[in-house]
Parts: sequence; C-alpha cells; structure tokens
Amino acid sequence: MSNPRLTALDATHRSLGATMTDFAGWDMPLRYGSERDEHTAVRTKAGLFDLSHMGEITVTGPQAVQALDYALVGNMSTIGVGRARYTMICQEDGGIVDDLIVYRLGEDEYMVVANAGNAQVVLDAITERAAAFDAEVRDDRDAYALLAVQGPESPGILKSLTDADLDGLKYYAGLPGTVAGVPALIARTGYTGEDGFELFVAPADAEQLWQALTEAGKDAGLVPCGLSCRDTLRLEAGMPLYGHELTTALTPFDAGLGRVVKFEKEGDFVGRKALEAAAERAAAKAPRKLVGLIAEGRRVPRAGFSVVAGGEVVGEVTSGAPSPTLGKPIAIAYVDAAHAEPGTSGVGVDIRGTHEPYEVVALPFYKRQK
Amino acid sequence: MSNPQQLRYSKEHEWLSGAEDGVSTVGITEHAANALGDVVFVQLPAVGDTVTAGETCGELESTKSVSDLYSPVSGEVVEANQDVVDDPSLVNSAPFEGGWLFKVRVAEEPGDLLSADEYTAFTAG
Repeated sequence: MSNPRLTALDATHRSLGATMTDFAGWDMPLRYGSERDEHTAVRTKAGLFDLSHMGEITVTGPQAVQALDYALVGNMSTIGVGRARYTMICQEDGGIVDDLIVYRLGEDEYMVVANAGNAQVVLDAITERAAAFDAEVRDDRDAYALLAVQGPESPGILKSLTDADLDGLKYYAGLPGTVAGVPALIARTGYTGEDGFELFVAPADAEQLWQALTEAGKDAGLVPCGLSCRDTLRLEAGMPLYGHELTTALTPFDAGLGRVVKFEKEGDFVGRKALEAAAERAAAKAPRKLVGLIAEGRRVPRAGFSVVAGGEVVGEVTSGAPSPTLGKPIAIAYVDAAHAEPGTSGVGVDIRGTHEPYEVVALPFYKRQK
Repeated sequence: MSNPQQLRYSKEHEWLSGAEDGVSTVGITEHAANALGDVVFVQLPAVGDTVTAGETCGELESTKSVSDLYSPVSGEVVEANQDVVDDPSLVNSAPFEGGWLFKVRVAEEPGDLLSADEYTAFTAG
C-alpha cells in the first residue's frame, strides 16, 4: 500500500503525542490520551477534532442544482443558501454509495462532503452523472482542512474568536466568516450528538486555527480528540457509519433512512426505480431493522458478531463499543423484524462463542438535553 | 515510559515479578496498556487454574479491540486481582502496580523472558 496521506495538522498531532492510525488511506489521530476522557469532554465540555480526511467536492454552475438532484437522492433545490442537508448517493440498484452532507454555499454553488474512504468513488459518480448538465464538478479535497469543535462549550469558545453571528447559525447551517483571523466556512454540523461546529479552512491556515481554538478553549476544558472517541460519540447518538450500517448492499430504506429519498422532486435521479420498489418492500414488511442493543454484561460486541435468539442467528452487529455515557457495552445491529421491537426478550450477541444477553432498544442511545 | 528494573518481561508484553515463596505477580506492561487504549473489560484465570507459558489465559477488552492475555510462566493461579475486574481502568493508570492481573505459583519458567532493558529495546523498534 502507498504511504498514508498526512493532514495539514500532522506535526501538531505528533507533538501532542497522538496515537495515529491509518484510516481510509490517511494517517489520523486515533486518540491523544484516554479516549474515554476525550469522549466525556465532548459530552460535557468541548473537543477539538481534525477531520481533514473528509472529501469535499464542489459543484457549481447554472444547472448545479439539477445535476445534484439527478446524482443524489435528496431534493437539492429546497436547501436554502447557507443551509446544509444530510443526504445519500445511491447506485442504479438503490445500493448506498455513501452518505453525504451537502452545503448550499450560493445560488449555484454546492459543497458535497463525502466520507474519506468513498471520496474518490463519490467524485467519479457525481462527475459522470453531472456530465449532461451545465455544471462543473471540482475536486476540492486538497483545498480544505476541516476542524471540528464539538460539545456544549463550543459556541462560547468559537464566539471568542469570531464576529460571525453564531446565535443566528442554526443546526445544519453554514456561513462564510473569519475565525481567529482565518477565512473559514463555519458550519453548525457534527457527528457527535452534541452542539458544535465544523470549520472548513485552507490547509495553510489549519495550524493557526488549531492553536487559537486550543488557547480559547483551555479554560472551558476543550481537549484534542481523536477518531476513537468520534466513533463512540456517533454510536451513542445512533448515527450510521458508512461501511458499518450503510453499504452498497443496502438501500436507504433498509437502513431505516428512507426519509432522505425524495421521490417528489422533479425529474429522474439515479436509483429512483429501484428505490421506489425498496420503499414499497419496506412499507409492506421490513425484513430486518436497525436497532440498538445494550449489554447486561461487560463484554463488548463488535461489528460482524451474530445477534442470536433461541439458539438461532437473527441479526448482525454493525457497530459496537463500550459506551462511556451509559457505562455499558452498546451496539447497533440489523435484527429480524420479529426480534426488533424495543424490549424484546431473549436476544443476545454471540461473543466468541458465548451468548451474552442484550436489551433491544430504539436508537439513539443518547440524546442531548436542549 | 520506563519499565521497572526488578521485573522481567515476555514478548507478549506481560511482566512477571520476582518470586516470593514461589509466587510471582503477572500484569501487562505500560507499553501494552497504551497500545490497547482504555481497557474496559478484563477476564482473568480463576484461582486454581493451571496456566501455561505462552498460552492464553484470559482476555483484555478495550474500546477498539479485544486481546488475549498470555501467561508468561507455567503454574497454578493463586490469586486474581478483583480490583482490576471491578475497575479495568487500573490497567491503564497503574499497569505495574494496582493494575496487576494475577498471582501464580511458578512451576516452570520459559528461558526467553527479557530484562527491563531488553524489553525496552524490544518495544523501541
């Protein structure tokens, strides 16, 4: 394999003593100290993340909206300028290529943010699907570093560094501004279940912004956070992760996320026919449902482990980890509908040959108090 | 990090104390604890179990993974650290002290245990 890619903050991570990990071809911080402490900091104070591995794709032009409406399953024309939307890109057969956040930066300008591991596939697919439209698709992966400040203290920390109207910036909105003297797209998005911001900046400015945020957040308890706690944070918040809950073998309806598919939008879109059939199947009788599982014991379920009931395999764990907030192991799993109702008894997870009892619950495991 | 001089070490990253009345204490090294990340579950051999050098005798589960626990020596388990079962974070916070795992009456020791300096060199690579 070729050398992993380094973010603009690589030297900073190393000077902080981060444990690094290869993630989708990038050398990324896994944790700086204790991942549980980092998790708790985001839940109770604030955490600072380098997410520069995420893939930005900009689509511009008079038909940018039509191109994206055709390429993606969501309704792009209904996103107001300065707002963002969670959506997906699917194959012709309805299988999920990736889940995305689309920011409408201007009337004819959208930024699509894809998962690092899928960025090339998404870029290729959007480029191909947009070819018939008067729109330009630009690979902006190297144009941005992405820093995230997440947690209840994050608005206060950010406010001390910017004149931008953060109070007016709603969840899933983004506006251009200046943070710590650095031009940034300030977005109120995240993947932690907490209030927070994602800051898209030029890679050359990343270090200055990181240091400014670190300094500004010191008294509020902000700590640098790695991908390990990002995974447990999103898991508690019941947020799907591509490659785990979402794959090309599943449609958005299989994943319980059929709401992102907008059949009412004008014109055809890639996957429409297959997704209409998938929607009907899901409405009639979903074969498997995505549920939460909470352990009664302390052994941790992992992706790929079987969900069992009455000696039969009735599902599969897609993500699992010890939950710092609940103090117990938790998992997200696809479970046969007959065993998927919250409170269903007799459900367990096969953990290396032992059937450990689990409680079936509705997702998410954690919801912040607003 | 520094590995205590008075201990000896296995290449599977367990440490072994000098024997007192034939009983040695076993734990995992700080290097191993750091590599694992936050330990959340510890399964130890039971008192009376026979453990064999180089073979698995329990498991350590962290946020990201599960790892087998290997015994650095052969013998009979005479005590398991209930504190670490109740609070697995001791493995991270005090791997050479309160985070010890079990005590074993040593029947046989393999010849390839490392000194502190040798183990430090082994993990430096």
